[in-house]
Amino acid sequence: MTNEELAKIAREVRKGILVGTHAAKSGHPGGSLSAAEIFTYLYFEEMSVDPRNPRDPGRDRFVLSKGHCAPGLYATLAQRGFFPVEDLETLRHIGSRLQGHPNMNDTPGVDMSTGSLGQGISAAVGMAIAAKHWGDPYRVYALCGDGEIEEGEVWEAAMLAGNHALDNLCVIVDNNNLQIDGTLDEVNSAQPIADKFRAFRFNVVEVADGNDFGQLRGAFAAARACEGAPTCIVAHTVKGKGVSFMENQVGWHGKAPNDEQFAQAMAELEREA
Amino acid sequence: MADVKRIATRQSYGEELVALGAEHDDFLVLDADLAAATQTGRFKAAYPDRFVDCGIAEQNLMGVAAGIATTGHRVFASTFAMFAAGRAFEQVRNSIGYPHLHVVIGATHAGISVGEDGATHQCNEDIALMRTIPGMTVVVPSDDVEARAAVRAAYEADGPVYLRLGRLAAPVIHGDGYRFEVGRGVVERAGSDVTVVATGLMVSSALEAAEALAAEGIDCEVVNMHTVKPLDADLVAESAAKTGRVVTVEEHSVIGGLGGAVCEALAERCPVPVRRVGVRDVFGESGPAVGLLAKYGLDGAGVAESVRSFLR
Repeated sequence: MTNEELAKIAREVRKGILVGTHAAKSGHPGGSLSAAEIFTYLYFEEMSVDPRNPRDPGRDRFVLSKGHCAPGLYATLAQRGFFPVEDLETLRHIGSRLQGHPNMNDTPGVDMSTGSLGQGISAAVGMAIAAKHWGDPYRVYALCGDGEIEEGEVWEAAMLAGNHALDNLCVIVDNNNLQIDGTLDEVNSAQPIADKFRAFRFNVVEVADGNDFGQLRGAFAAARACEGAPTCIVAHTVKGKGVSFMENQVGWHGKAPNDEQFAQAMAELEREA
Repeated sequence: MADVKRIATRQSYGEELVALGAEHDDFLVLDADLAAATQTGRFKAAYPDRFVDCGIAEQNLMGVAAGIATTGHRVFASTFAMFAAGRAFEQVRNSIGYPHLHVVIGATHAGISVGEDGATHQCNEDIALMRTIPGMTVVVPSDDVEARAAVRAAYEADGPVYLRLGRLAAPVIHGDGYRFEVGRGVVERAGSDVTVVATGLMVSSALEAAEALAAEGIDCEVVNMHTVKPLDADLVAESAAKTGRVVTVEEHSVIGGLGGAVCEALAERCPVPVRRVGVRDVFGESGPAVGLLAKYGLDGAGVAESVRSFLR
């Protein structure tokens, strides 16, 4: 796909994020929007997955370690055809298969249940170890938040991944520089993120604009080409990206747009198209 | 029971993993720098390429096990009970329990019989913690025969299993023909005056107590509740209806473990007086395991005295 085609899909993913969180009257639009290009690139360009056979044993795996950004994952899976786009309106509703945080047993295309921060990356490491051990060629991707990586378990997982030279593992850090209580620096910053992952024996690729498909393409190609070490892509993104009043606003981490805000946000995305 | 053969259930665990490994190559064994103590080192020696040492990082250990389980392969994750059920509780709950993944947690060094290491390493809370997780099976083998059978049953299970294993050599009370089934308690000794429900190492103590009490004319029914979850509530209720009094015995806090599970079942099914024997809401301490069991009233003599005072 061309970058323009991917950008078009990312816009639809953004709309899906807004539709879901608006319908749920809750959820996490900020970090879902910052990762819209990452989600889109993974599911439409990078990963080998089959929406008609979501449990295909040979598929590439994706673990949303920052599980609260489920609206972004769901919107992407819907666009990719794992379930109808209309389902996004059931997000967080009683009885919906779109739980507030991803449940692998409820939702087609979800490879691991996540939501409690720091845990998804460990599961991804386990998947990568299993793939290596049984000689399966699939790759494993895990998306972490830059706040999430304050969790100690992330570094336990990184240590094991580096020591086992899991070059079938690619960790992406969505570095949007905001967490619930403020900027990373205002809370307890994990910076320098790239240096830390390097110290844990990762191949590190920094992406200056993680909302740019051209730059993401280069980074994922570099990850795929790397042998003998897992890769960490540190993607500098904008939290709330694509919706003017949400961009770089800490308050939009875990808040849904009201009717008026929803209409404005959707109109902005339409105009962009 | 001085002349009885004694084997720690952790050793049974390690040896049976090796035996399983000879038959199946579809599982990995993980540990957290305790392979010598948990006895997974035996498996590591036999099948080094099927063993992953996750280092001293139990939260990640559980997450990695979960990830392996998602791929359809089986996995045993081992460390001490304190770190498996305690430190990594939330990983076990959210990464293993919530997705109902088939991970076998081989938790050794449970209870006060850890001995000299003392209170920080004597996990008397793990049964309580693990049985609150929906879909978790909790098995506490009483001896070598049962532990080996439990390892095999856990391998064949289809969801998470917590195997609670001990450090101290336990009397071997079962013969080769012993039949083990997860969720089915075993009447080790029929009796009519009082039901003694025990789990793990305490089954031996209960049987020893029953012998002593028989000489005094007290006829104990001893139930081996190797599976604390799902509890064999039918057996508990049936026995309680017969004897009218129940004593629970566990090397665990009296809060939330076997005693709690039995009381919950009896309250709904057959309310009778119950005496819970176990660690009474205190931390343990250092000392030789056998001496600690005696001090905390968990050896045969201690259990007998608890039953006696309960019936008085």
